[in-house]
Amino acid sequence: MSLLTVHALEAFYGDFQALFGIDFHIQTEEVVAIIGANGAGKSTFLKALAGQIPSRPDAIQWDGAPIGALPAHRVVQQGIALVPEGRQLFRSLSVEENLRIGAFAKRPGHWNLARVYALFPALYDKRHQPGTSLSGGQQQMVAIGRALMSNPRLLLCDEVSLGLSPLVVKDIYNALPAIRSEGVSVVLVEQDIDAALRASQRFYCFMHGKSSLTGTSGEVPMHRISQAYFGAQETTA
Amino acid sequence: MDSAIDFVVLRSTPANRVIGWALLAFCMALISVPWWGDASLMRWMVEVICFLVLAQMWNLMAGYGGLISVGQQAFVGLGGYGLFVLAQHLRINPFLAVPLAGVAAAILAVPMSKLVFRLRGGYFAVGTWVVSEVCRIWVSNLSLVGGGSGQSLTVMASIQRDVRESVTYWMACALLIVTFATVYGLLRSRFGLGLTAIRDSEAAAESQGVRVATLKFQVYVLSALGTAMVGALYYLNVLRIAPASAFDLGWVVAAIFMVVIGGIGTLEGPIVGAAVFFFLRWLLSDYGSWYWLVMGGVAIVVMVFFPKGLWGSIQQRWGVQVFPLQRRLKVG
Amino acid sequence: MIEWIDTVIQGVLLGGLYALFAAGLSITYGVMRLVNIAHGDFIVLAGFATLPLVQTLGLHPFVALPLVALAMAALGYALQMGLLNRTLGPDILPPLLVTFGLSIVVQNGLREAFSADAQSLQIGEWQTASLQLGEAVAIGWFPLLVFVVAACMTWGVSLLFSKTTVGMALRATSDDPATASLMGIRAKHVYALALALSFALMAVGGVFSGIRTTFTPDSGPVSLLYAFEAVVIGGLGSLWGTFAGAVVLGVAQALGAKMDAGFGILAGHLVFLLVLVAKPNGLFARK
Repeated sequence: MSLLTVHALEAFYGDFQALFGIDFHIQTEEVVAIIGANGAGKSTFLKALAGQIPSRPDAIQWDGAPIGALPAHRVVQQGIALVPEGRQLFRSLSVEENLRIGAFAKRPGHWNLARVYALFPALYDKRHQPGTSLSGGQQQMVAIGRALMSNPRLLLCDEVSLGLSPLVVKDIYNALPAIRSEGVSVVLVEQDIDAALRASQRFYCFMHGKSSLTGTSGEVPMHRISQAYFGAQETTA
Repeated sequence: MDSAIDFVVLRSTPANRVIGWALLAFCMALISVPWWGDASLMRWMVEVICFLVLAQMWNLMAGYGGLISVGQQAFVGLGGYGLFVLAQHLRINPFLAVPLAGVAAAILAVPMSKLVFRLRGGYFAVGTWVVSEVCRIWVSNLSLVGGGSGQSLTVMASIQRDVRESVTYWMACALLIVTFATVYGLLRSRFGLGLTAIRDSEAAAESQGVRVATLKFQVYVLSALGTAMVGALYYLNVLRIAPASAFDLGWVVAAIFMVVIGGIGTLEGPIVGAAVFFFLRWLLSDYGSWYWLVMGGVAIVVMVFFPKGLWGSIQQRWGVQVFPLQRRLKVG
Repeated sequence: MIEWIDTVIQGVLLGGLYALFAAGLSITYGVMRLVNIAHGDFIVLAGFATLPLVQTLGLHPFVALPLVALAMAALGYALQMGLLNRTLGPDILPPLLVTFGLSIVVQNGLREAFSADAQSLQIGEWQTASLQLGEAVAIGWFPLLVFVVAACMTWGVSLLFSKTTVGMALRATSDDPATASLMGIRAKHVYALALALSFALMAVGGVFSGIRTTFTPDSGPVSLLYAFEAVVIGGLGSLWGTFAGAVVLGVAQALGAKMDAGFGILAGHLVFLLVLVAKPNGLFARK
């Protein structure tokens, strides 16, 4: 049985429909990538999973239970944690306080401050500085660490590589195996196709609010991915 | 490949034209009152008109400019006292003194705006209140205008009674018609478009070239002008002024209630609100504080469940506009 | 000269009372950008709520104080959860207008329930007992108590915000309620806690104010204005800044009153306007 199963998920911002019936599943200890152009609905999908956008209860099944209508503060208690797009660290909190607030939901598990600092050693010396005074890469580490502090079984990462240099992105992606080995599944939403496909076992490609392609990472030829990413456009010579 | 799309911008419906004629007939009826109505009716109507114009001015600032002021009473007081200084002490014709007092208050509004615009949102609201209190205390200490106990407009005694009553009444009509016409005209213009843009999103408006700060300033001064003329007219009508009354928070309380209950950001809303206000006042006049309790309760309920007010909710459901302000795109 | 020092001290102690009024405003604005127009009316409500406890149950006002504070905190929590949470959002109008309506309802409700007569809370000799410092300077015990309580409560609330998990949740929610909910924090609940905390502070201020001078159902708005002026003079961003702003206001009013009996309140207003013109971010702003 899948850890998370999504069936015919729709999502709206007011009158505007962003998702038109997404099917998705992920198993324990799996890393699944979601790629797609801007506006394809990737972030919206993660927000819906995290409970920030309401859905039909049975559209999202977690361990067999329907959680689609749960609000965000209840979803994190179920064990799904979102690392939001743009990091969204709390300005008024220090690095360490940002990490500690991640544990607010008080879920039992292995993750604590010591383990997060072990995963991202660069954060330890800066732990009393305001969260937003760090570099982009370090802020991303704090955001991931903050999500891990809730001891999730599923980690949703929304464009963690956005605005970061390749070296820094590599550092962050290097932390993924350690996260997986703790039994955490990861959904990676990325615009950077290479990094996402290399780090994942399976992938989905979104376009215009629908899933246009899914397959095993590394086995699907690039031209098919391009087609699914950009849409089948005939260009006249 | 693509042909140019034909479109037309519609600014009113056929129903509006009918309503336009009806409004004209109403204005004629209004002006005719001194020939068939008695003095107390005219005095009451002046009062109603004062409250209605006051509400429109507050609506202009809040509903269109996004500026919530809890200090409008400052201009009522400045306008009223302006009238007394001009007419009683400078011996200017009292009827002329009404618009002059308005202009004087508008001039004072300029430095006042520099103060209060340093604050935003809720703090701006309370800041305007503080400024109003400063005005009240200052005026209370001016012996020229009778200090804390106020004074009477004795110069009016030299004018024949029915002339005084009729002209005061016609000035009120003029203020009402000019106010509505001006506000309506402004809102149909680019000024109005800019204000609506600010109301919806300041940042977006700024990015489209709307000079937000300038427009807000203009709305503030214009509203001060109108409100001060209300003050001048009101105290011309009652012939006696005192600081506690002229700078009473009750002015802005009434304005806010009329606008909120009627429908903020619409021209018709304050009219509906004024009707409800005066109806409730008549209904509960013997019950003292209960009148205000009911008003307060109604305002809270309306704000929570019908944030667009009574007229606003009607407008939303049936698309009716007595004063057509919309711009609709008709394609083809 | 000594008289002026005495006046300044009176002003500083008065500032303590104003700090109690202002702290609640500072908290609710900081956490949820709410300016409660009924702020002053709830302060006066606390004074009126103490009357039956003192008159009918015969409790000493200092004994009634914590009970009233607790009751007001519960009222604040219920008010936020039941009414004000529905109005919070990107538009500033609804909360302002609803609290404005509340102000009218509270004032007139009090007038119906208690009449418009002036009331006061009595503490007997404590009211006028004073501590002699040297020859010419005497500090009233009661004003000193108010100041000390205000300072302690400001210190306590500061600690709450900076050292506790609840405080972290309050700060996180004020930064970003959407992301705070990702941590498991319910924003509505946090806002209600903030109002409850502020109502407790206001209650203490209201009871002390009722002891210090007489009060009527109309006394509310003036407390709001003082609280507001203290917050603006002090500057946004810190409770101690607000405390300092309150002290400045108190001193301004005391000095003004010393110059001329009717000038005190106006002096406070003028200092407020001066700070607004010269240092719009406040004298002690943090950010």
